[in-house]
Amino acid sequence: MEEIKKITIQSGVGKFGDNEDKIDNIELKMGQVVSIVGPTGSGKTNLINDIALFANRNTPSNRRVLINDALPPSEYIEDPSKNPVSYITQHTNFLSDLPVYKFLSIHAKIRNGHSNNDAVVEETLDFANKLTGEPINKDGSMTALSGGQTRSLLISDAVVIGNSPIILLDEIENAGIHRTRALELLRNYKKIFIFVTHDPRITLLSDFRVIMKNGAIQNLITTNENEKKAVLTIKNIDDLMLELRMLIRDGQYINPQFIRSKIVHCLSTIDGSGSGSDKNQDFSDVPDFHNIHNVQNVQNVQNAQNAQNIQNIHKELN
Amino acid sequence: MKVIVCAGPPTSGKTTVLKQVIKKLLKKNCVPSYLKIDVQFADEDQLFASEFNIPTKKIYSGDLCPDHCNVIVLGDAITWAQNNNSEILLVETAGLCLRCSPYIEHSLGMVVLEATSGANLPRKIGPMLTLADVAVVTKIDLISQAEREVFRANIYNAAQVPVIETNALHGINIDYIMRIIDKMEEIKEPSQLRGNPPIGTCTICVGKKEIGKESHFGVLRPLESDIFYRGE
Repeated sequence: MEEIKKITIQSGVGKFGDNEDKIDNIELKMGQVVSIVGPTGSGKTNLINDIALFANRNTPSNRRVLINDALPPSEYIEDPSKNPVSYITQHTNFLSDLPVYKFLSIHAKIRNGHSNNDAVVEETLDFANKLTGEPINKDGSMTALSGGQTRSLLISDAVVIGNSPIILLDEIENAGIHRTRALELLRNYKKIFIFVTHDPRITLLSDFRVIMKNGAIQNLITTNENEKKAVLTIKNIDDLMLELRMLIRDGQYINPQFIRSKIVHCLSTIDGSGSGSDKNQDFSDVPDFHNIHNVQNVQNVQNAQNAQNIQNIHKELN
Repeated sequence: MKVIVCAGPPTSGKTTVLKQVIKKLLKKNCVPSYLKIDVQFADEDQLFASEFNIPTKKIYSGDLCPDHCNVIVLGDAITWAQNNNSEILLVETAGLCLRCSPYIEHSLGMVVLEATSGANLPRKIGPMLTLADVAVVTKIDLISQAEREVFRANIYNAAQVPVIETNALHGINIDYIMRIIDKMEEIKEPSQLRGNPPIGTCTICVGKKEIGKESHFGVLRPLESDIFYRGE
C-alpha cells in the first residue's frame, strides 16, 4: 500500500448549506498534530467524520478528503486491515467482556495475521498505563475498566496494535488521562493526529488548529512561539486544579496559602522568572492570567468552570 | 425488476438502512415497492408509505416462520411490485430461527447486523449471513475500532461477503450499498430459494406438546448423542 504523506480536506458547506468553509484546502502532513476547535454544535465532529469516512462530496458537508492529492483507494473502506484511520469517538466504548489481555491478543492477531503478539500486547498495555493514572489489570474484564482506563486503552490500541497512520480523537480530555504526557508520547509515533478538543493545552501543543463555527471551517491558526510557551503556564494552572481535586478526593482540607504559592509559581512562568521561559521574550499576546475570569465568550463549560474556580481562588486570596 | 431481500436480527437497523436506500433511490426517480414480513407487529409499511409515498405492503407470518412465509408470498409480491411499475422490490424480513435464509436466486441478499451485538454474532446466524451477497454493519460509531475490526474479521471467517460498515442513522456509507444495487442483476423467473431448507418438520410443529424424545417421531435427538430418525 502507498505510504500516506498527507491528507487534504477540500472545502464544503456548514449547516443550512449556505455557510461555506472559508479555507479551500487544508493539508495535514504526516507527523503533524492538529486540533479542531469551536463551540459545541459548531461542526467539529462532522469534520472529523468526513475525514474518517474519506468524504467524497457524499456527506452533509459536501467536503472531499484526498490522500496524497488523490481520491483514496476503495480498499480503504472495503478492507478493514487497510483502513488507515483509527477513530475514537465520544461514545466509543468497549462492549466485550473478555479479559483485557485476551482481547488485545485477538485484535493483534487479526491485525498482524499471526498469533505471536505478546510483545505488541505488552507495549499496548504499557503505553495505556503511561496515559492513565490507574494501572490496568490485564486479567480483568474490558467492561470493568474505568472511563480513563478505557480511553487510554482505546488510544494505545489504535496507536500500537492498530498502528494506524491517521488517528482521530474526539474530546479525550473528558476522561482522566495525562494530556501533556499523551501529546509527548503520541508525537514519538509518526502519525497524523487530529484532536477534536475544548482543551487549551491539547490545542496549543498541536501544530495548528482549525476553527469551526456553524458547521463551517472559519480559519486555520498555526500555533506561534508565544503560545507554545504559554503551554507551561496552562499546564501549571491545570495541574493546580488537578492537585486540588486530588486533595479533596483524598478527604483533605484546602489551604489558601498552598493555592497562593502555586499561583505565584504559575505567574512566574508568564513573567519569565519561572522555569523554561525566556525573560526577554515579548509576551504581549499571551492572555493575562489575572484577567482570565473576565474572558468573554468562554464557550466551553469546562473552561467556564475553571475560570469560576480561579475567580473563587482570587476571592479567597483577597 | 430488481429484488432486494433484507434480513437481520430484530432491532439491527434494517429499517433505518432501507430508509436511507429509499431516499437515494427516490433522488434518482426510482420508486420502489416495499414489502415487510414480520411475525406479529410491524408498522414500517405505514411509516414508509407516509414518509416516501411509495407502494407498501405488510404481511404477518403468523403460524408460518417468517422466512418460509417470505418464500411463499414472494411470487405474488413480485407481481404486485411489477403492477406498481416499480423498478425495485424491497423485502424486509425478520429471519428468526437462523436455520434457513430468505434469499432467492437472481436477487440481492442483504443481511443487516449491528456492531453492538457482540463479536460472535456472525458465527451464530448461519445462512442469513453465509448466503447473503452483502453484509451491512450498523451502529459502527458506538464501538471501539478494535471491536469493529474483530467483528468484521468474524464476518469474513463465517462468509465470503463484502462488508459495508455504516452509521445508517446519519446516512453514512449508504453510497456503497447504492453501488451494489446499481450493478445487481434483474429477477429471472422461475426464481428459487438460494439455500437448502432445514432438515424437516418436527412433531412439536404439528402440535404434540409432551416433552422427551419418547413422545415424538421423525428427526429426534437425545441430550448426549447425535440426531436420529424414528418412523417410517
